Amino acid sequence: MKRHDVLILGAGPAGLSCAARLVELGIRDIVIVEREGVAGGVPRHCGHTAFGLREFHRLMSGPDYASRLAASVSGLGVRIRTTVTAIAPGGVVDIVDPESGPSRIAGRAVLLAFGVRETPRSTRLVGGDRPWGVTTTGALQQFVYIEKRKPFDRAVVIGSELVAFSALLTLRHAGIACAAMIEAGPRITARKPGDWFARLLLGVPVRTSTQLLGIHGNGKVEAIEVESAGKRRIIACDGVIFTGQFRPETATLATSHLALDPATGGPMIDQYWRASDPAYFVAGNLLRAVETAGLAFAEGRAAAESIATSLAGQLPGTGRMIALQANAPLKYVYPQRLALPLAGMSPLLLKARVERQAHGRLRLLAGGRELWSRTMTALPQRRLSIPVSHLPTGEADDIAVDFIEE
Amino acid sequence: MALATKPFDLAVIGAGVVGCAIFRRFALNGLRCVLIERGTDILSGVSKANSAMLHTGFDAPPGSLEHACIRAGYAEYLEIHDKLNLPLLETGGLLVAWTAEELAKLPAIVAQAHQNGVSDVRQIEAAEVLRREPHLAGEALGGVVVPGEHVIDPWSAPLAYALQAIAHGGEVLRSTSVNGGDFTGQGWRLATTAGSIEARIVVNSAGLQGDIVEAIARPSPFEIKPRKGEFVVFDKPASRLIGACIMPVPSERTKGVMMARTIFGNLLVGPTAEEQQDRDHARVERAQLEGLIARGVRMLPDLARENVTALYAGLRPATQFKDYQIEALGDRNWITASGIRSTGLTGSLGIARHVASLYAQHFGALKEAAPIWTPVPNLAEHRPRRYAQPGYGEIVCHCELATKVEIEAALSGPLPAGDIGGLKRRTRAMMGRCQGFYCSAHVAAIANGRVAGLPGDEP
Repeated sequence: MKRHDVLILGAGPAGLSCAARLVELGIRDIVIVEREGVAGGVPRHCGHTAFGLREFHRLMSGPDYASRLAASVSGLGVRIRTTVTAIAPGGVVDIVDPESGPSRIAGRAVLLAFGVRETPRSTRLVGGDRPWGVTTTGALQQFVYIEKRKPFDRAVVIGSELVAFSALLTLRHAGIACAAMIEAGPRITARKPGDWFARLLLGVPVRTSTQLLGIHGNGKVEAIEVESAGKRRIIACDGVIFTGQFRPETATLATSHLALDPATGGPMIDQYWRASDPAYFVAGNLLRAVETAGLAFAEGRAAAESIATSLAGQLPGTGRMIALQANAPLKYVYPQRLALPLAGMSPLLLKARVERQAHGRLRLLAGGRELWSRTMTALPQRRLSIPVSHLPTGEADDIAVDFIEE
Repeated sequence: MALATKPFDLAVIGAGVVGCAIFRRFALNGLRCVLIERGTDILSGVSKANSAMLHTGFDAPPGSLEHACIRAGYAEYLEIHDKLNLPLLETGGLLVAWTAEELAKLPAIVAQAHQNGVSDVRQIEAAEVLRREPHLAGEALGGVVVPGEHVIDPWSAPLAYALQAIAHGGEVLRSTSVNGGDFTGQGWRLATTAGSIEARIVVNSAGLQGDIVEAIARPSPFEIKPRKGEFVVFDKPASRLIGACIMPVPSERTKGVMMARTIFGNLLVGPTAEEQQDRDHARVERAQLEGLIARGVRMLPDLARENVTALYAGLRPATQFKDYQIEALGDRNWITASGIRSTGLTGSLGIARHVASLYAQHFGALKEAAPIWTPVPNLAEHRPRRYAQPGYGEIVCHCELATKVEIEAALSGPLPAGDIGGLKRRTRAMMGRCQGFYCSAHVAAIANGRVAGLPGDEP
């Protein structure tokens, strides 16, 4: 078994940008593994959204952006239709592809960039019948933009994260009516103009503080039942789109030797994007569910720097680590661990999120001493950034991030 | 319109697992058989949702017909499963007592098992329970091991039975409802939505419609009382948490909630037991599902960190009687096989043998032809799947590693998938943790109008 310099598992924005950056850094022996038939990742089926401003300095559609990313590694080639079935200690990876069947490859460093998926109806324990026509934004987009099919005539959209608006646009593109957008919370989850956008521009009724009670339909979806302010209502539809509640695609990792963080749902990393096995690095949405393609792209590039340093034998070892804990109302902080001595951390790191809306002070502490703080109202759907420039360098006993509610 | 000029020897109404097994049995016996199903595919009713166990019958009522059919069905499955390429996951069962009251019931359970001919069943101490199943909650007080309880593929098995019957000349009519029938003295003229079907003998294995179909032959002596069972399926990593199928000490009313690995590599918790009137809808309900999960977590605390992959609910055709309702009406050329509540998957092959013996008793001797074996594709996680050999086209469903050649195969052949559910049951596509996020559009494109229910048939 030949050991390559770098294996990149997943050819979405994070994986492809990492590969392109590694090439710039003079590393050539790279194998990119992608299970789909085309490289590019999720942007391939985001037919409308604005991509590329930060990375390529122009606004692009998802498919154009995906093609551009794929072209950026054209010198390397991507092993498409190749599925990772298991990962083993030390950068050894089991794969399978249609021509040669199962095989094993290895990398001196391996980037995990499996991305995310939305939470389906089943995991949300939504009651009712189980007819065909219950789907997610990602599946809807693939029907419409990749397969050029119109799966429904009249759908409802469940949830109001940013991706839900992507679902609305996809429905409009396909000529599918949207009977309602249903949000359990008191307001739209996405940033402010979202509801105006839905109501005015797309003419979609937005129902907040509305609980989805169940799905009706024998064979095919016929309606959903919702409840708002104690009143039940039936909304006729032939499709139900569950949007968002993204989760890292960790199925291959759950039974592996790598440590996962139940709070982020992704692998634990240190400040070098390194997983608990130092042969493995992590970037993109696998770290903590969904952020923009632009951020995943930037993380891929930053991880490439660490991988190159690691290949040169110049990353600090993993022998001495301090753990960062996230206590309520913080849901998570990553990196979850810091390798000592502390040095040059990427400004893309030290991110946190609250589990519920909270007002108070987000603080960075060393040995109990406050290094930095900011007073804010934190929302669960917003990423919180702690400026890494305030971290000490060199040795440290104890670093903590907390949120003091006021 | 008459469907066939020449009457069938035997018509089976209802293509659940019991109907498929009876269809197979008589086709092997050389009769010209037709299997009539109102759904768009086989297994559209009761048989699409069960706990997928091959039961030993250790806890069946002693001396009951159910017990006899389970024992015979179990033995025949073990005999034929290799020839049909049907899997067997030899998990064993472990019945766990969580209270002193339950612990006190264990000796009687062991005694009943021995009386039922399942002689390797024995009681074990609490420490042994936890040694065998270290992830179980520490409150277990004792247990009973049932080494012969196994896990099988609940959908490939009946599919294989139907395919074998087809190889022996059987015909399957789907999307065909039987609305009535006339007994001519020599046989039956069934009025169906596909026209008139003539058959000398009719077998009623109509599951939830059992009493309605029975009324074609006589006022039904039993009434179907649907009993709903809901299940929660956890993602594959959860299956490492148990080895054996973990069963509760049964109460008077129900066998209770069990936890089992599935043949596909998941972990299953269920079923509930809820009486209802509706025969057509098996709805899942959040409160019940949350109750099942809480129950699972109490028994297996680490389950709290695992993800739910799928939910399902099935209706069991209970009647006012505890035992199966199987009898031959000698003067009406009719055999009833109804009221098969929850052990039909194991019992089916035994039920089919019993029905054949009733036939021989009332309607004439049967001969046995040399069987043609019709192996089905393997979907079991613990055996090599199709993707392990080159030339599979591509993996279409990434969660379940279902390949394009498997999907193509399920769309063709003598009994192609009749609907989206049938395609899922034949291939596993869209049945994994993402429930079609990644592959449903691609599957729809491959199917391209060949199965009912997949949206976007007309681009």
